[in-house]
Amino acid sequence: MKYLDEYRDDRIARGLAAEIHERATRHWVLMEICGGQTHTIMRYGLDELLPRQVELVHGPGCPVCVTPLETIDRAVQLAGRPDVTMVSYGDMLRVPGSASDLLNAKARGADVRLVYSPLEALKIARANPKRKVVFLAIGFETTAPANAMAVWQAHREGLANFFMLASHVLVPPAIRLLLQSPDNRVQAFIAPGHVCAVMGCRQYEDLVREFRVPIVVGGFEPVDVLEAILMLVKQLERGESKLENQYARAVSRLGNLPAQQMVERVFEVADQKWRGIGEIPQSGLRIRPEFAAHDAEKVFGMAELHVEESPECISAQVLKGLKKPTDCPAFATRCTPENPLGAPMVSAEGACAAYYRYRRHKVLV
Amino acid sequence: MCLAIPGKVLDVSEDHGVRSGRVEFGGIVRTVCLDFVPETQAGDYVVVHVGFAISRVDREEAERTYEALEAMGLLDLELPPPDNGGSGDAE
Amino acid sequence: MSSETKTIASFTCPVPAPAGDRVVLGHGSGGTLSADLLHRFFLPAFANPTLSRLDDQAIFSVGHSRLAFTTDSFVVKPLFFPGGNIGSLAVHGTVNDLAMGGAKPLFLSAAFILEEGLPFETLGRILESFRGAAVEAGVEVVTGDTKVVEKGGCDGMFINTSGIGVVPEGLHLSANQARPGDRILLSGSIGEHGIAILALREGLEFESPLESDSAALHSLVAAMLETRGQIRCMRDPTRGGLSSALNEIAASSHVGMTLEERAIPLREEVRGACEMLGLDPLYVANEGKLVAIVAPGAAEILLQAMRQHPLGRQADIIGTVTGDDPGLVVMRTPLGTTRIVDMLAGDQLPRIC
Repeated sequence: MKYLDEYRDDRIARGLAAEIHERATRHWVLMEICGGQTHTIMRYGLDELLPRQVELVHGPGCPVCVTPLETIDRAVQLAGRPDVTMVSYGDMLRVPGSASDLLNAKARGADVRLVYSPLEALKIARANPKRKVVFLAIGFETTAPANAMAVWQAHREGLANFFMLASHVLVPPAIRLLLQSPDNRVQAFIAPGHVCAVMGCRQYEDLVREFRVPIVVGGFEPVDVLEAILMLVKQLERGESKLENQYARAVSRLGNLPAQQMVERVFEVADQKWRGIGEIPQSGLRIRPEFAAHDAEKVFGMAELHVEESPECISAQVLKGLKKPTDCPAFATRCTPENPLGAPMVSAEGACAAYYRYRRHKVLV
Repeated sequence: MCLAIPGKVLDVSEDHGVRSGRVEFGGIVRTVCLDFVPETQAGDYVVVHVGFAISRVDREEAERTYEALEAMGLLDLELPPPDNGGSGDAE
Repeated sequence: MSSETKTIASFTCPVPAPAGDRVVLGHGSGGTLSADLLHRFFLPAFANPTLSRLDDQAIFSVGHSRLAFTTDSFVVKPLFFPGGNIGSLAVHGTVNDLAMGGAKPLFLSAAFILEEGLPFETLGRILESFRGAAVEAGVEVVTGDTKVVEKGGCDGMFINTSGIGVVPEGLHLSANQARPGDRILLSGSIGEHGIAILALREGLEFESPLESDSAALHSLVAAMLETRGQIRCMRDPTRGGLSSALNEIAASSHVGMTLEERAIPLREEVRGACEMLGLDPLYVANEGKLVAIVAPGAAEILLQAMRQHPLGRQADIIGTVTGDDPGLVVMRTPLGTTRIVDMLAGDQLPRIC
């Protein structure tokens, strides 16, 4: 597959890794923000190729992991209504809410369906005019344009039975929060390549200027991630802090303007709660009032949900890169993919699940 | 997050005012919404996420940067043996 | 809370997930949830030494013969798919379970549960496929049953087949027989059945249509047995894919396994579909493939025999059984690094992340 296979070339990967060994003379702490990049690192064992001095910590780049508990609970609640068809991306079906998850709701008789694309959710709404079709739309900036398009289409067509339960998170505010935290250890970042394909690199230029940290926009294949790490290590060794774009084949400085415009049209920036972290101001998107007819939260008049967070797992600290999943006393014992205690263990992109599934053997020793 | 993969646009059409195309990913073909990449033509490569093309692959840029990578691969540099303590894990 | 500077350590955690109290779809996926259901409910209800081996078939002696006995239910949706339908699948699945024990399949039972409203034309087509598959596999359907349920009670049709075969003298294949040093052989490319079904459901087109690999493996097995190469056990990796089959053997034999990712045959279309949906082909169902754990000295001769058979042309040695980390299946990636090939909890779900 073109533009994919070449970036999995093992000789190039090893060449990059050798160069990283060559260049890294001191201990550096790097964070890859995106769950997809975490997945690549774990699945290809890239950390095995890196020198000890280069420490990778995993950031909060998993929209599944950070979807607020209340949103899951709302989705489960709505799914339980006999007139509702709840439609969701696959990743969300197993994420635990306070009492249940969507798959368990399905087992209790709820009409819960999996889709790969928001366009399929629209199709379901068109095909079932008597059902209220609610689409659980989560994601980072990458998915927001597609989700926005679904609302826009529904609005244009007058598809009155299509609703969206939206929970979008924006990356730069989360990085800012991390960088402002007194206990931050991260010295450089791999920025999420597909978020930047949509949004461009501009937002990260501000972060580089303000915090003087090196940031490299990285792709998702092993060669991309290794090249991004090499670029960061070179900057760190030279005491530089600038924004570089490793993923130039898909990312431009301004990003995808039509996609951004669609997001602007349908959503507005709002304060957003991140599961395990709390509220981060101006870090989410909500549906604009003009589209209230398709906003599940407004239409279904759900009562304010207050959920009690219980201090059981250390998800938050894992999401911040402060701890590794293996630091958690419950890891692989009380908390496993079958019986997850927190979101990072449920999501395929979550750091805990990735560690458990791919790297457990290094820990068992 | 953001699983998106590159595919080749086979043809472009208009459906209900939405620009879409058939895109090939290694032997399978899927209809993808091309509204966010209006300049895309058949023969172009696009990056697709949840059924939408979010970016067009810049082929010149890809070729340019890949040359440098290939050169790295040809060097056949000696890589230290895998660090079995798990490099990247804080001890 | 938003006005003060928060320290990272002050952030708290999501609520633990509750234990479920009922069956979910994931319990049928062939992964750890399935295994859990088996161990929590079914094994305690039926405990006996033969069952506890948990092979694809039960092997026991009756008089002077050793018989293999197995049962399987088929609930595939849609009923018809490229490469077959529920009828041919129902024959292949049970014939294969017998063949995995080294048995020559002889007789089948066939029980049908039909949904009210199923067109006769559909029933006729499925039975024709069933008949054809049985003839090809050399098995006779000697007993059966039919029930009809109300509309909505099943997806058109469910089929259960049970099978009986005879196991040759001296052949003792079982999942608990694998030993360090053994080689792992795979008969061909993986993921075709699961992706063919998914493609129908997702509206994926293929440039050259991808068919399910549903096939009866008894003659491939016969060719392998003829070499007299020592085979420890065989499995057909159906639900849960190659990963589940190998993990089960590793657990049963208390051994580890190391696989070579580059050696695992994969068709381009299956790869494309998996990349697009974020699926790992190791977990996708197969219906016409087998994996065999064999003694090291026998690997080459068995591989040659497999490659000479139409269903084994792409066969390859994909790994080795080790004494390290018992129960853990590990894979060497094309980069020379390693990762775990884990059992999945439930069904593999397409992801956007």
